[in-house]
Amino acid sequence: MCLAIPAKITELRDSQMATVDVGGVQQEVCIALLEDVAVGDYVIMHVGYALNKLDPEEAAKTLEAFKEFDKVKAAALE
Amino acid sequence: MKFIDEFRDGDIARKIARAISGEASPERTYRLMEFCGGHTHAIFRYGIQDLLPDSVQMIHGPGCPVCVLPVGRIDNAIALAKLPNVTLCSYGDMMRVPGSGKDTLLSVKAGGADVRMVYSCLDALRIAREQPDREVVFFAIGFETTTPPTALAIQTAIQEGLTNFTVFCNHVLTPSAISSILESPYVREYGTIPIDGFIGPAHVSTVIGSNPYAYFAEEYQRPVVIAGFEPLDVLQAILMLVRQVNSGRHEVENEYTRAVTATGNMKAQRLVAEIFELRKTFEWRGLGTIPYSALQIKAAYADFDAAQRFGITYLSKPDPAGCECGAIIRGLKKPPDCALFGSACTPDSPVGSCMVSAEGACAAYYQYRSHT
Ligand code: SF4
Repeated sequence: MCLAIPAKITELRDSQMATVDVGGVQQEVCIALLEDVAVGDYVIMHVGYALNKLDPEEAAKTLEAFKEFDKVKAAALE
Repeated sequence: MKFIDEFRDGDIARKIARAISGEASPERTYRLMEFCGGHTHAIFRYGIQDLLPDSVQMIHGPGCPVCVLPVGRIDNAIALAKLPNVTLCSYGDMMRVPGSGKDTLLSVKAGGADVRMVYSCLDALRIAREQPDREVVFFAIGFETTTPPTALAIQTAIQEGLTNFTVFCNHVLTPSAISSILESPYVREYGTIPIDGFIGPAHVSTVIGSNPYAYFAEEYQRPVVIAGFEPLDVLQAILMLVRQVNSGRHEVENEYTRAVTATGNMKAQRLVAEIFELRKTFEWRGLGTIPYSALQIKAAYADFDAAQRFGITYLSKPDPAGCECGAIIRGLKKPPDCALFGSACTPDSPVGSCMVSAEGACAAYYQYRSHT
């Protein structure tokens, strides 16, 4: 029951509820635990609640680090 | 899907794994515990252990809320469900965990008790609105990820004057559970295994932040790397732990920066602090009674506390005969060490709690055992 998923906010209903897209499926999510949410934000959704926003810049940095590592380490190890 | 697919790239996974093999010394063992059931699930699902060198061993920790709730608490929930005027709302996984008799919430439901499986406590609130003449009790379990939703539900009930809504609170705290693995007298008595580092929880940490682990890393001199639930996250965290161990460091590092900050979700934390307070002691399955390891509803909100409204008192009960969940939760044994594994105990008819939820070690082993 701990599995939580990234979901994209597609519509703000009111201060409490929003609609999210999860892999093409529309679902309702409670956004009352977050300070500010906008359409287009990605949130981590768990038991019907958005727990936090995902930071696209940080995600890009992590992926970039994987790539760097990919080049350098692979070269060193091969 | 964005934020998922790019963290599952098999090619990069193999390269990170190769780096781990290159950097892990064959002269020693790295025993790394993933605390969270979500990580346990990912490790089995993606066969991560198979990618690792023999010197790196993953030990599955107690971070599955279904697994750690002791039998006595299931008995309490069953007793609540049997009260004639009560509608008990439960997360699905809890419905299949046996109590001290043969009963589960599912079996008492089949026997006529009004038990509803809910996905969210929002559903429990809705049922309370729709059925004002029923006492609607939400069976609240979980770590810091489910606690803010429960706090919010109580706040909503207050605002709406929903006097027929109460919460049977069993919320537990991650940092105290991690500490107890290394130090509680119970664990010392029953033995524990040396652990060289911890993969810190993903979504719990989005709520509490990375700061709460600093004390643990310092006090117990163990590295902690917070990681996301995708396979590249887990592998990267393992590499970061191997590096910390190699250089003798014991710091809190954060691999999951796209979702976890140092301070976490403050709004959620404030809400939790408003509604709940620390419980002096709480019994965990497998870990024994741990001081200040769980939350209770504050006296100011006693009207929403199902244990108080219905006079529920806790009685400790032993685990089912033959079930090794306790030793498995502490990382002492593996699921196939249990004589009941796969024979008397399967996901369709679980004996112990670790066989119920997808994050439970026994259920994960059973489902993906070709990888083990
Ligand atoms: S296989 Fe079943 S009985 Fe054995 S430890 Fe796991 S949950 Fe308990």
